Order: sequence, then C-alpha cells, then structure tokens
Amino acid sequence: MTLFEGRDLTCVRGERQVFTGLGFTVPQGGALILHGPNGSGKSSLLRLMAGLLDPAEGSLVWDARPVSGDPEAHRARLHYLGHLDAVKPVLSAAENLTFWASAQGGGPGDGQMGGPGAGVAAALERIGLTGLSDVPARMLSAGQRRRLAIARLFLARRGLWLLDEPTVGLDEDSIGRLQAGLADHRQEGGRVVVATHTAIDLPGAERLDLMAFQPPSDAGLEPW
Amino acid sequence: MVGAALSLAGRDLRLALRQRSDAGTVVLFFVLIAALFPLAIGPAPDVLLRIAPGVIWVTALLAVLLSLERLFLADFEDGSLELLALAPTPLSLLVLAKCLAHWLTTGLPVVLAAPVIALLYGLGADAFLPLIGAMLLGTPSLSLIGAIGAALTLGARRGGVLVPLLVLPLYVPVLILGALAVDAALAGRPATPHLLLLGALLLAALPLAPLAAAAALRQAVE
Repeated sequence: MTLFEGRDLTCVRGERQVFTGLGFTVPQGGALILHGPNGSGKSSLLRLMAGLLDPAEGSLVWDARPVSGDPEAHRARLHYLGHLDAVKPVLSAAENLTFWASAQGGGPGDGQMGGPGAGVAAALERIGLTGLSDVPARMLSAGQRRRLAIARLFLARRGLWLLDEPTVGLDEDSIGRLQAGLADHRQEGGRVVVATHTAIDLPGAERLDLMAFQPPSDAGLEPW
Repeated sequence: MVGAALSLAGRDLRLALRQRSDAGTVVLFFVLIAALFPLAIGPAPDVLLRIAPGVIWVTALLAVLLSLERLFLADFEDGSLELLALAPTPLSLLVLAKCLAHWLTTGLPVVLAAPVIALLYGLGADAFLPLIGAMLLGTPSLSLIGAIGAALTLGARRGGVLVPLLVLPLYVPVLILGALAVDAALAGRPATPHLLLLGALLLAALPLAPLAAAAALRQAVE
C-alpha cells in the first residue's frame, strides 16, 4: 500500500519559520484535515505538498521515494485547489473548464464516456452548474465561481487532492456535492488533504493540528 | 503536452479577442506615435526617409513594451499561474505558448500596420520588403525576451516600471539590426546579413527565453 508522507518538515516564509518538525502520513483512500488558527501554516503546508514551495528541511515521500527526485511525476498525480479560483471572467463556465481539462492533461474526455467535452459536462453536472455552462464567468456569483474551481477536480483523475478552504462561499447543496465527490475520490483509492475551518464530513479522516508544530520561542510574539 | 500548450495559446487568443481593447491599444499606439513624427518634423521627404527605419523600430519596440506587463499578470493574480506551474506540461513550453499568443496579438498586428507607416514616410518598394522581413524576424524576439522581464517583475511593486529597465538593454540588438536592415536597403546595399543576424537572435531566444521565464515564474508562485 502506497503512502504519502511528510517527514520532519520545516517551512520558512520570508524570514519567519511557519512550522517545524512536522510529519504526516496519508494512506491510500485516506483523508487528512489540517487544523489551526489563521496564519498557522495550513496553506503553506498545502503549497509545500503541491511542490509550489520547497521545504527548508525535511522531505516529502511518495511510495517510499522522495518527491523531490521526480517533481514532474508528483505534479501529474495531484490536484491543487488554492484560495484563488483561476476562473477567467470573459470565458464561459464550460470554456474555463475545457481549457483546464486540456492544460491538466488527460484530455477533456478523460475517464468518461462520450468523447471530448463529456468530461466537462459531467464535471459541471457533478457540482450543479449544468444550467450555467454557457454563462460568462463574470456573471457568476462568488460561490458559483468556487464551484467552477472545484469542478476542475472532476476533470482528470488524480491520486492526491490538496484543497485549501474548499467550502468558502459554498451553499449547503454545494458542500454536499463536494462531499460526495470526495467520497467517490476516496472510494477509488484517492487521498485528500483539506485545510478548512468549517465542518466537512470526511469519515475516518485524521486531523493534524498545526499548533503542535509551531517553532518555539519568539515566534509566538509576532502578531501574524 | 503540445496539446496543452496549444490550448493555452488558444485560450490567450480567445481572451485577447474578447477584450479587444488590450490588443488594439498596442497597434493604435504604434500607428499614432509613428504618425506624429512627420507632423512634428515637417514633410521634407529626405529627412523622413532618413529617420524612418529608426522611428518605426523604436515605436514598435515601445508598443510591444507597453503590453508586456500584462503578459503574466492576469494569470498571476487569478491563480491560473499556480495551476499552470503544477500542470504536467513543462512550464517553459507553456511560456512559449503564451509568447506565441502574445506575438500574434501584439507583434503581428504591428507588422501588419507597418506598411501604412512605411507609406507615410515614403519608403520605396526596395526598402519595403526588408522592413517587413526584419519586423517578422525581430518582433517574436521582442515577445520572447520581454517574457523574461515580465516574469521577473511579477509580484514586485511597481513592476510596470521595472520591466522596461530590465528589458530595454536586451532589446538593443534587435533594434540596431532591425533599423540597419532597412537602412541598408535604402542605401542600396543587401539587407540579408542583418536579417540573418535577426534570425539568429530569434533562434537563440526561442529555447532560452522560455527556460529563463519559467524559472522566474516558479519563483513568483512560490
């Protein structure tokens, strides 16, 4: 069984140590919820897991091999959902997704029946945006744009989802759809790491409290 | 991989077409500024002919420079750049695709507008082809080299001021060779050597500039 692990990670942003000595393990089908107040390093940890940021110390390990040895393979197995929605206002919802489907590889019809375009339609359907597929994204509400960003997760099958506050701005129905998507993803053996302040239903998820890895001494005095 | 790059170029073209003002500004700037010189200097044909190569090239260069800041800025601000950096396709290939789209929406329109300016300055048929050839070879280099500057200044405050400072020195060879090609044709000498050197610059910039810009972008999204 393959594991996604972090070993003794230290993250430095600017001059400041965000966390130190942090370790985690996510098994196949597993879920990890990052917990901690604002500024405790949840987003930094997710960026580190995605490879956008290099750890100052420690290493990320996938299936007993260090991620840094083959960053391209790591990028090809993850979906990252950051704070920003990466939605182009002048493109329609479907056009936005069609672009990401091909940019992320796998093609618009990846893992779906019905050829190119079917993947985009299915992703919109799963997040409940079907009726809005031809509407320019600038007409969408903030929550709808967030849903469009989440729909990207359904375009291509990836083993690791890294979600930064995925539920911000979502209504109850959409949170339900996201949870259904997460359950399907884990059913297929996918892993999830979520940073969130809202309650999200992830059965059997482990919690990682980032306050346990704050650097000692003076850092606590800083207001940020 | 190439499919992903092409779809990025396609998306940028579509964005440019829907926000027509952006691409239009560059050509308009080029035509207006180049048209102002004859008005300010006077209609003496020999003077106009003498300054034409330099004016056309400097104006084209400034017009391209004007559009550089936006090359990566929108993608940086809306989070697309992070996702592109995480895409399985090499980032340098995606940068190349963005440069292609940038050239098609700024460099190529400027080249297409150049005949109008050439007429204005009274350039003859013998200088006309070298001018178009030099611009076709030179303007893609402007987009490619400019991408390095645009990528390096992402996230910096007042990046718009930094880009010209970084990029203009690197533009100088293109400017000199481009103007020399037209000068040579006007003087009845062959323009081919200058065109060949412009082509060599382009061939060097094609692989190197995307690599440098991609490295800078990785720093920007860190």
